[in-house]
Amino acid sequence: MNSIILNAATRLLVSLLLLFSVYMLLRGHNLPGGGFIGGLIGATGFVLYAIAQGAEATRAALRYEPQNIAMIGLGVALGAGVWAVFFDDAFFTGQWLFIGATEDDKGLPISSVLVFDIGVYLVVFGSILTLVLALEEEV
Amino acid sequence: MRSGRQEGPAAATGGDGKIGVTGVAKTGTEVPRVYGGPAGWISVLFPAAIFVWFLQFLGPVAAGEQVLLGIDWVPSMDIRMSVLIDGLSLTFGLLISGIGALVTLYSTKYLGNHPEYPRFVLFLMLFMVGMLGLVLADNLIALFVFWEITTISSYLLIGFDSDSAKSRRSALQALLLTGTGGLALLAGMILLGNVAGSFELSVILTMGDEIRADPLYIPILILFLAGAFTKSAQFPFHFWLPNAMAAPTPVSAYLHSATMVKAGVYLMARMNPSLGGTEPWFWALVIAGGFTTVFASLLAVRQTDIKQVLAYTTLMALGALTLFIGVGTQDAIKAAMLFLVVHSLYKAALFLMIGIVDHETGTREVDQLRGLARKMPVTFVAGALAAISMAGIPPFVGFIGKEFLYKAGLGTEIASLWVTGTIFAASVLMFVAAGIAVARPFLGRTPEALSGTHEGPAAMWIGPLLLGGLSLWLGVFSDVGETWIVAPATWAVYGSTSVAVDLYLFREVNQAFLLSLVTFAAGFVLYLAQRPLRAFLARAIEISPLKFDPGWDRTLDGLKALAEWQTRILQSGVLQRYMVIVFVTLALGMGVTISLKDALGPVVLDFAEEFDGLVFKHWAVLVFITAGALMTAYTSSRMTAVAALGVVGIGVALIFIMFSAPDVAITQLLVETLTVVLVAVAMLKLPHLNLSKEERRPGHAFLSLTVGALVAVVLVAVEQGDIDRRITDYFEVASWPEAYGRNIVNVILVDFRALDTFGEIAVVVIAALAAYALLRGTRYGRVTRDGEE
Repeated sequence: MNSIILNAATRLLVSLLLLFSVYMLLRGHNLPGGGFIGGLIGATGFVLYAIAQGAEATRAALRYEPQNIAMIGLGVALGAGVWAVFFDDAFFTGQWLFIGATEDDKGLPISSVLVFDIGVYLVVFGSILTLVLALEEEV
Repeated sequence: MRSGRQEGPAAATGGDGKIGVTGVAKTGTEVPRVYGGPAGWISVLFPAAIFVWFLQFLGPVAAGEQVLLGIDWVPSMDIRMSVLIDGLSLTFGLLISGIGALVTLYSTKYLGNHPEYPRFVLFLMLFMVGMLGLVLADNLIALFVFWEITTISSYLLIGFDSDSAKSRRSALQALLLTGTGGLALLAGMILLGNVAGSFELSVILTMGDEIRADPLYIPILILFLAGAFTKSAQFPFHFWLPNAMAAPTPVSAYLHSATMVKAGVYLMARMNPSLGGTEPWFWALVIAGGFTTVFASLLAVRQTDIKQVLAYTTLMALGALTLFIGVGTQDAIKAAMLFLVVHSLYKAALFLMIGIVDHETGTREVDQLRGLARKMPVTFVAGALAAISMAGIPPFVGFIGKEFLYKAGLGTEIASLWVTGTIFAASVLMFVAAGIAVARPFLGRTPEALSGTHEGPAAMWIGPLLLGGLSLWLGVFSDVGETWIVAPATWAVYGSTSVAVDLYLFREVNQAFLLSLVTFAAGFVLYLAQRPLRAFLARAIEISPLKFDPGWDRTLDGLKALAEWQTRILQSGVLQRYMVIVFVTLALGMGVTISLKDALGPVVLDFAEEFDGLVFKHWAVLVFITAGALMTAYTSSRMTAVAALGVVGIGVALIFIMFSAPDVAITQLLVETLTVVLVAVAMLKLPHLNLSKEERRPGHAFLSLTVGALVAVVLVAVEQGDIDRRITDYFEVASWPEAYGRNIVNVILVDFRALDTFGEIAVVVIAALAAYALLRGTRYGRVTRDGEE
């Protein structure tokens, strides 16, 4: 599509949407958001880009094939589940680490649950882009 | 355009210039590879080490102990990776690992030069691990998993020569038959686990009386026997086993005679304390086993391919084992366990022997092989040792085995004549088969065609020689086998250590001994008359109406025809028809469920009250959604319809927001946005809708209204009922202290029910890849991806 307005707006919007998607992913554990929503928003950004610039440019911007991103996401999610096994817990038991925790403050929480959510993000992101880009090229 | 297409795959394989020219499919085979390699030695040492490891349990088990080891696997479902080592599993374990080591050693020469040798070793090791797990597992579910591993590895090994259509057919036949039996077995195991209250075998085996008294006993028995009979090739499921001989000979020796086909026998022996001893058990096993025994020994003598002779005698042995486990007296179990060991030793040796002959001469046809003894003396000795044991001649352990079979048959109260007669016929024919397998090819004068034959390599004849020698050693020193193997195994099957096992070569002239003498005489006469006998059997089989292999093909063809028929009906390729099918199914499912379950009860819809709480914003959204829906239905432009549908979706998202479900609302909004974009992109290609009067579809309108109304009814019903809030309450309470998250929806998704989510995202990936493949698949021959437009 050749639209100057869309082209100009897309440059701003894509980065904003991507940033927003990561924000949604990270806040998801306590507030509305999470990997699924984050992945959808991130994909929306690139879908917009694809509409403005075409599928080929989008693939170049992505650097990785979207289906590979989805597969990697699945692997990350699986890894987050298997991780629990090393701590003698059942598959997919969340493992937590609180960096710099004090008595009052639990510090910066890092967890296998977050890693799992990142996997979900990548799967949703990659799967949608797989579909959209293939459709774009097909049409 | 053409050059662009060839660049695609080349770039995809990492820029390897050579490959791009010739295409994609065959790239793997062009790379030269090192044959054999370390795979051979590893595959020999691994089973040998396991064999040595098992030896340490001989002492405790011979003293009547049970060794229980294990770790929890899925504790929440009472599934343990537990190991039960008693006489029965130890006997099997020693056979599997011991024969496994000899067979893999043999394979280093037999298949070492095969380009796919490492793959072969992989399959063989996979099978061995599965088989060991099967006999050692103390948990029914674990046993089932290992059972299926042996089924799958057997499939892979039968079809190892995958270029041959016959191999592939045989492999598939074995897989389908034993796989179906395996499913029945799984159902039986779940029933049994529910009846017994545990999946642990060590518990189930002590609960025989409760299980036999349960009304579910008969279904459990039928399902278990379906599994065991298919696996151990009992009549009428016997026909896959001779076909499985399409596998390389080491596989036939190992899987299809010494170990895997005995898995069914193992299962029956294992379950004997809890399922055995009833009339249905007795008759099912005695009839199926006895029939298989006679039927198979007749067919064995009819064959001219020595490997097929051995295949049918294996069937006979499996039948005899089933028969005697069914009889179930102390003597019968004793005889069965002894015969199990005896048969594994001599049959593996004979298979390996005929493999050497085949390897050196290129044929297994009984008419073409004569006088090989002078050319292949060691192979002859090995084969002869095994064959004498098979024929049941003293002082070999095969003689003891036959004596005990006779003794048990004569001592049976019910059906004694049937059991003894069966075993007599089988023993006579076994004598003949042993002659056909060894005396025919090795004795006599060497024909001209075979004068260049020489002895096989040592790695190949060590196995059969050792196994044949063992048959002699266990016969002469019968107390060795008695103390360490047969007695503990009998105790395990009989479920009590009180059974006295006393093996002997000769004690007195009794009925069994006299029967043995008659057997030899009859066998010798029939051996001399083998040509007319074979011709007679061939004619008999010709006119018999029982033809299983063609019947199998007809069954498969019928299944395929059925599949084709229903595919034609269901997969019309017209999207509208698919949608109609989906929605009709949905409507029927909801409607039938609602009316059958009487889920609605007396629905009280007080409209005044219902609408009372609605304020302006609710009405606004309602109007918004209704307008969107009407517009979707009435517009004549696809694009408008899609956008209008998006309006409906956004309206629904607004409802979610009003009733404070922000996560759902956000997801709904995003999905709605993406759907509109996706459909709009696809739509660019589609022609304009031309809605004339005729094309208004009252049927579709009716269907969509019905579905909508039913969904509304279901929602109302849900509202009316009491919602069980136990799980919700738990999540609400546990979310923060246990999972450190305040957004319950997200915590449920990524923590409490992470396994479900994982399944879902796996489905998402699969769906995306499938759609991608579909879209791509239509592209070839049109435009390239790199876009040379």
